[in-house]
Amino acid sequence: MNTTLPARIKSVAISVAAAGLLAGCATSGNPKDPIEGFNRAMYAFNDGLDTAIIRPVATGYDAVLPAPVKTGVTNFFGNIEDVFIGVNNLLQGKIPAAASDFGRVLINTTVGVLGLIDWASDAGLEKHDEDFGQTFGRWGVGNGAYVVIPVFGPRTARDTVGLVLDVATDPVANHEPARTRDLAIVLRLVNDRANLLAADKVVEEAALDKYSYIRDAYLQRRRNLIHDGNPPREVEADAEQVDRPVTAEAEADAPRADLAPVSVLAARTDAAENK
Amino acid sequence: MKSLFAFFSGLLIAMSAMAQEVAPDALIKSVTNEVLDIVRKDKDIQSGNTKKAIELVEVKVLPHFNFTRMTQLALARDWRQANAAQQKTLTDEFRHLLVRTYSKALTEYKNQTIDFKPFASKAGETDVRVRTEIKQSGAGKNIELDYFLEKSAGGWRVYDIEVGGISLVTNYRDSFAAEVRNNGIDGLIKSLQAKNKSGEATSVKK
Repeated sequence: MNTTLPARIKSVAISVAAAGLLAGCATSGNPKDPIEGFNRAMYAFNDGLDTAIIRPVATGYDAVLPAPVKTGVTNFFGNIEDVFIGVNNLLQGKIPAAASDFGRVLINTTVGVLGLIDWASDAGLEKHDEDFGQTFGRWGVGNGAYVVIPVFGPRTARDTVGLVLDVATDPVANHEPARTRDLAIVLRLVNDRANLLAADKVVEEAALDKYSYIRDAYLQRRRNLIHDGNPPREVEADAEQVDRPVTAEAEADAPRADLAPVSVLAARTDAAENK
Repeated sequence: MKSLFAFFSGLLIAMSAMAQEVAPDALIKSVTNEVLDIVRKDKDIQSGNTKKAIELVEVKVLPHFNFTRMTQLALARDWRQANAAQQKTLTDEFRHLLVRTYSKALTEYKNQTIDFKPFASKAGETDVRVRTEIKQSGAGKNIELDYFLEKSAGGWRVYDIEVGGISLVTNYRDSFAAEVRNNGIDGLIKSLQAKNKSGEATSVKK
């Protein structure tokens, strides 16, 4: 266990890619998820790990610690993360957002006592959500295949590469000595998981098939994040048309237009503005 | 008889005036505030009484939702494959599923506040998006919660909800399509019914 975490990630990424190639021939028919068989197996593995260890620990953590402590932990790691959110916003050319992120770090590290208190949010500097996967997406790199990675869970091929960079530059995973590093990694994982316990119950209630529900939610979420909350809805509708050939009867089909309500709306307002 | 007629026509005019008066953003705001006020005071819902939350959702929220449209969106092209009776059953079961999910989310409510984003509608619009944001108390990134509404004879109706960019309706599209591909429309109906039955069992238990 004396390999560094980035090295471990690298080997995981390589074995995932290799498994992906092997499983590539077993297609499921969903173009977004060409290695569904492999992914489902990996999902089952992660789910088992979660049920056996991670969720019980997170549930205990959630029950034992008072809310302000959990908030402090979330804020502490969030503050470190803000540096990288700022870097990624810079890489995406979003200078005001990056300035805001670095401003957050400045305020929260000092007035917020090493990041434990998020004063910056109260001061109106909104927390962003960026990572290398999103930066690549912004640069025009497509999703690639959907992949479920051991422990880390859902990713796309592009976000897997992003994840390798995220981990390689993660100050928590790279700091010395190893003992506090490992402790910090575990604490962050448990805290992140505890923050998801409520969402968990809702997904449990909602999903007919948890695997595909989580997959589709992940893909929608990433798309939304890459576009900072304003994804073009028509792209989705176009993809739909490519997946299934458009027939003549679809032209006359009213619900068809429903697939992209906002794009229809946008087209309508555009037309109105052009007048 | 005459006065009764006058009463009803007066009522009709009042109702249609009301329907026109409530703008989509005002509708979302008033329903959200009303529901959260109740949840904040209700210890049963806060401690996970899904049944009580479902009652609340059915009375306060359901009238403003268009479930037929939601089901249609979730089924996409397969909607046309279903006959009228199947469409009705699908809508009923999907409504059931969404109501339970929504109610479950309400029981997880913990002091978050809702921020209503500025809303600008253009004259004559019949399809709009109302943006809100869930502010977490203390830590965590805010979560966008957007409502998509369309205008109908009875006022504005919600036909989609996006949480952090995830549509609660279209998120079912691929799994519904897969189910229909493998087991047909009736197969999808069966699995929705099975899901709803198992959900009922757990919500009674709690």
